[in-house]
Amino acid sequence: MEKISVKVCLGTTCFVMGGSNLQELNDIIPRKYGDKVEVMGSNCLGLCSINWEYSRAPYVKVDEEIVHEATVEKVLAVIDKKLGN
Amino acid sequence: MSNLGQAIHIKKEILIRIIKAFLSEDFEKQARLIPYVMRPKGMEVPYRCCVYKERAIIKDRTIAGLGFPIEEDDETVSLADYAREALEREEISDKNLTVLQAACKGCATNRIYVTDLCQGCVARPCVNSCKFGAISIVNGKSVIDDSKCKKCKMCVNACPYNAIVKVTVPCEDSCPVGAIKKDETGFASIDYEKCINCGKCTAACPFGAVHERSQIVDILKAMKSDKRVIALVAPSIVGQFPGTIYQLKTAMINSGFDDVFEVAQGADITANNEAKEFMERIEEGQDFMTTSCCAGYNQLIKKHLSEIQPFVSDTKTPMYYTAEIAKQHYPDAKIVFVSPCVAKRAEGFENENVDYVMNYEELGALFVAKKIQITELEETPFIVESSKQARIFGYSGGVAESVTMSLPDEELVKPCIINGLNKESIKTLKKYAATGKCEGGCNLVEVMCCEGGCIGGNATLNTQRIAKKAIDNLANNSQDIPKVE
Repeated sequence: MEKISVKVCLGTTCFVMGGSNLQELNDIIPRKYGDKVEVMGSNCLGLCSINWEYSRAPYVKVDEEIVHEATVEKVLAVIDKKLGN
Repeated sequence: MSNLGQAIHIKKEILIRIIKAFLSEDFEKQARLIPYVMRPKGMEVPYRCCVYKERAIIKDRTIAGLGFPIEEDDETVSLADYAREALEREEISDKNLTVLQAACKGCATNRIYVTDLCQGCVARPCVNSCKFGAISIVNGKSVIDDSKCKKCKMCVNACPYNAIVKVTVPCEDSCPVGAIKKDETGFASIDYEKCINCGKCTAACPFGAVHERSQIVDILKAMKSDKRVIALVAPSIVGQFPGTIYQLKTAMINSGFDDVFEVAQGADITANNEAKEFMERIEEGQDFMTTSCCAGYNQLIKKHLSEIQPFVSDTKTPMYYTAEIAKQHYPDAKIVFVSPCVAKRAEGFENENVDYVMNYEELGALFVAKKIQITELEETPFIVESSKQARIFGYSGGVAESVTMSLPDEELVKPCIINGLNKESIKTLKKYAATGKCEGGCNLVEVMCCEGGCIGGNATLNTQRIAKKAIDNLANNSQDIPKVE
């Protein structure tokens, strides 16, 4: 099975608008999902420059799915759904 | 970092929009439009009864962002007028907080309340526990007479059904000195004579009703003028933004500052001076000394705890020394202190070398408005690199460690830490002042107004755990502090 990829946007907007604590995912994801899910920080994903602007930051991409106003819980829920948990 | 999620998100978005408005062709018009851009016609109403109320609240928040008190707004003045007035003003206020009273409506008054869970039991432990005769039984259930109730919570603890609750007002509960109260009208207001600017109420209110009065327009104005604008970044800034502190310096220069100093540079001086002072005081027979670098603590001493003054270090704060150095380098510049908390606004106001204070949220908003990607920038070094110990000033225990490591004989020190000012810890400090002694033979008391230290400040952007990791990462690659003679 292909690994699920989680990209946490480390762009300034996402970080300032509440994404800073998404770095917790770097610890939580390997612990919770082992090697089924891969988590990485990413330079600006460019999502804040499209029509929602910063009002829906911070953003995380789980494979191709965009999680807006992302929180640790929200991202984990999306991963769980993908894994069929 | 506050856990208030959306309330903080809105405040930050407003700051970004104010900065973007300032940078636009027409500041006044763009400022006036902020509530309409954020809550456009036809939008689903996120929190309140209707889009009009949403806009009114956003207007109020924008007033604070432009640096004015919300309480004094009579609703006839438009944001365009406020924007113009902000551009024209020469002075800033020493009142750093303002309350959006329209948001207080949703918050019940502080009282003890008997819920439906009351079983009307035979034993009546609540009635028996009340020393003030405030509880009677009406229709088989307990009822509290609010005029007699002293809110001692004896009945809350006595009820075996957990049927009696204390209804709390988060801002009141968070304030260590009783400076914010919901008055008879039901609106919270701040008593500035008592307020120590700790910012705990801003972080506590779930409606985000307590705002800092921003100086962002004043700072942007200074950047636009021909004066140089110099930033002093507090040690706790490490970990609050993506990238390294050297990339952060580049980001700040790209966003309009002419130079950036690490306040850790001043923290090295503070630690050394405090170490010397500590040795003198102990030699003279004093039992303990407290640190003096926390602005919230200094306000507490001034307004509520003068009896501890003889035990407080006379050493100046890292802000003081760094501002002095910056002023020597750039005598005509405007100096901006970049802060994790409200309290430093009060200290900045009193310091003649500091012109403005901006917090981390505002700096973040500036980066967002100017589209600065910190992680993609080159690094700019600091002229003076600070020590390992100065760089950990921002978390609880860091100052005590810096002083300890500055001493020729580290064994001299037995540190203890007041990790956050609250009613309990203030009592402890009062006791130390009254007896002239600390518990357990401690002789160096580090006092931090915020739990966790400056990384727990009301305007921080990251969780303490991640912030501390980033600070340690930088500190572990820094030189040890020199020892004093």
